[in-house]
Amino acid sequence: MTRFSNRIDRRFAALAEHGRKGLIPYVTAGHPDPAWTVEIMHALVANGADLLELGIPFSDVMADGPVIQNACAAALEQGMTLEKVFAQVAEFRARDSDTPVILMGYMNPVERCGLETFSRRAAGAGVDGLLIVDCPADEAVETRRVFAEHELHQIFLVAPTTTEARVERMAPLAGGFIYYVSLKGVTGSAALDAGALAPAIGSIRDRSDLPVAVGFGISTPAQAEAVAAVADAVVIGSALVSQLDQAETETAAIEIVTEYIGGIRAALDRCGDAVAAEARA
Amino acid sequence: MVEVAEKRTVSSADPRQALPDASGHFGAFGGRFVSETLMVALEELEAAWRKYRDDADFQAELDSDLAHFVGRPSPLYLAERLTAHAGGAKIVFKREDLNHTGAHKINNTVGQALLARAMGKKRVIAETGAGQHGVASATVAARLGMQCVVYMGADDIKRQAINVFRMKLLGAEVISVESGARTLKDALNEAMRDWVTNVDDTFYILGTVAGPHPYPALVRDFNAVVGREARRQCVEEYGKLPEALVACVGGGSNAMGLFYPFIDDEDVAMYGVEAAGRGLSGLEHAASLCAGRVGVLHGSRTYLLDDDAGQIRHTHSVSAGLDYPGVGPEHAWLKDSLRARYVGVTDDEALEAFHLCTRKEGIMPALESAHAVAWAIKQASRMTPDQVVLLNMSGRGDKDIHTVADLEGISI
Repeated sequence: MTRFSNRIDRRFAALAEHGRKGLIPYVTAGHPDPAWTVEIMHALVANGADLLELGIPFSDVMADGPVIQNACAAALEQGMTLEKVFAQVAEFRARDSDTPVILMGYMNPVERCGLETFSRRAAGAGVDGLLIVDCPADEAVETRRVFAEHELHQIFLVAPTTTEARVERMAPLAGGFIYYVSLKGVTGSAALDAGALAPAIGSIRDRSDLPVAVGFGISTPAQAEAVAAVADAVVIGSALVSQLDQAETETAAIEIVTEYIGGIRAALDRCGDAVAAEARA
Repeated sequence: MVEVAEKRTVSSADPRQALPDASGHFGAFGGRFVSETLMVALEELEAAWRKYRDDADFQAELDSDLAHFVGRPSPLYLAERLTAHAGGAKIVFKREDLNHTGAHKINNTVGQALLARAMGKKRVIAETGAGQHGVASATVAARLGMQCVVYMGADDIKRQAINVFRMKLLGAEVISVESGARTLKDALNEAMRDWVTNVDDTFYILGTVAGPHPYPALVRDFNAVVGREARRQCVEEYGKLPEALVACVGGGSNAMGLFYPFIDDEDVAMYGVEAAGRGLSGLEHAASLCAGRVGVLHGSRTYLLDDDAGQIRHTHSVSAGLDYPGVGPEHAWLKDSLRARYVGVTDDEALEAFHLCTRKEGIMPALESAHAVAWAIKQASRMTPDQVVLLNMSGRGDKDIHTVADLEGISI
């Protein structure tokens, strides 16, 4: 068990207290333009995001679909580095000291930086959690230890293929929240079966007290609402990134965030109201 | 007197041949660095591998396929004129180029296809660089009536047109991978993405000793028939084990197949030959063991080529099969434990060896294998005529004639 609590724990506690469903948008740091990233992060919060997931661009995003591959490639072409990701988080923190920030990425850039240096810089910049896609719980002994020294949660994925025995083993190692991958496939894949979610999430809840967020394949307000009926939070990734891809200016990017994320927020709030009403009744 | 009985089973008392450990690590290397979605599929694959590796019926069917479909055992051939040219130790070829489909790759695909069938999978996928593994996968899929999809980098598709057509003739669907460097590493990424999506009915026939556990061990085991035969044949022919083994290393499957049965024979030196491309001092090469550092790529911790930010670098080699920025984790472990030595051969040296071997022996090596030929000549020249350098002639050069012609400005 993790012995510390940080912004992620406080945020989920507050959400639970207010009967509000969490909204976790993902953007790739430096996409579509490195100069816009911090303003996009603020706009996401202003329009209803509760936690932010920021992708560290990588050359070989094995678990991501074409949308995030292209976003990573575009960010790298514009000179994005890990240093710049930390700088963006620090700049965001200057105006927002409450919203949790999770970095999502792959192992090799973390190892190249050095686990200790990476953790110190991440914590110093104001990061709260790490989701290393190609570092399952089985390989996470060292990362968990060092991240924890810096009060950073390592967040793990649970997939539809994950057996109950694995969830059992993983649960005590997980920090922050459990990220349930709602479908087999890479990020941004098509079909989401909301009906199959309830038993899967129930199985996780039987084994862990952590909040459960659901991501991969959620793009419409209706899908978000359906998922939120059973989950604590909803992650919106590729759908947002592909819309941001169309933005030619920072103003346009902010407008996309306002409209799209605002729409998802409204859907989640309908769900939250129903939960609150049920609780009152 | 050297003890030369053929070893088929792995002794658990031996710390070297017993690797990987239970969690799939070779010392600090290897492991299972993949998305959670694949973990259970890898656990299932590992269970099947452990089960069938000791299953007499499965092994009998595999042996029969290797004999009648692949054409094993492949001969051991004394390259007399190349030996004379080098002026030192005898240069002996293990003729994997004579296998069905023209390379060592078929040893592994025959084995994995039988495993796929035993696991009830109807669809197989594969990545390919030079196209040899893609052809070998398409071949076994055709024979077993399985659907086959091969991922291949767009640049490799251009330089290996003949193999692309062969795969299509065999009924495989070849998907051009346009992302990243558009070579082998990107094909592997794309095959992984396919597998994540279709994990229920699909078997991923990985072509080299890289990737997440159990692939490095599984692919090694299916290729180790090369080393077992070579060991026995060398003793029969020369009354002793070879003094040195030489094999080219991209991902490292042909080298691992040759090396593995000799790992405990401390007196047998092992040389893995990497693609030094346009020189190791620059960035245009694919020599991850000679010039790389430890990181995580394609599911395992190993030596790889990246920049200071940890981004995987674009590599270069005249040979598509060696043009890969990582390497199998067991090679990383053999390097660090000093059991094997890894060296580089440039494009020019490999091309020179390609011509020399073709003219002097009437054997046209694959450009991959030509790297090993170049080093074997160098190595033999430093040794004495009573000694033996055993080289894995991992594939034949027919697929490369367009590349060679292009490089020399000849249109055919």
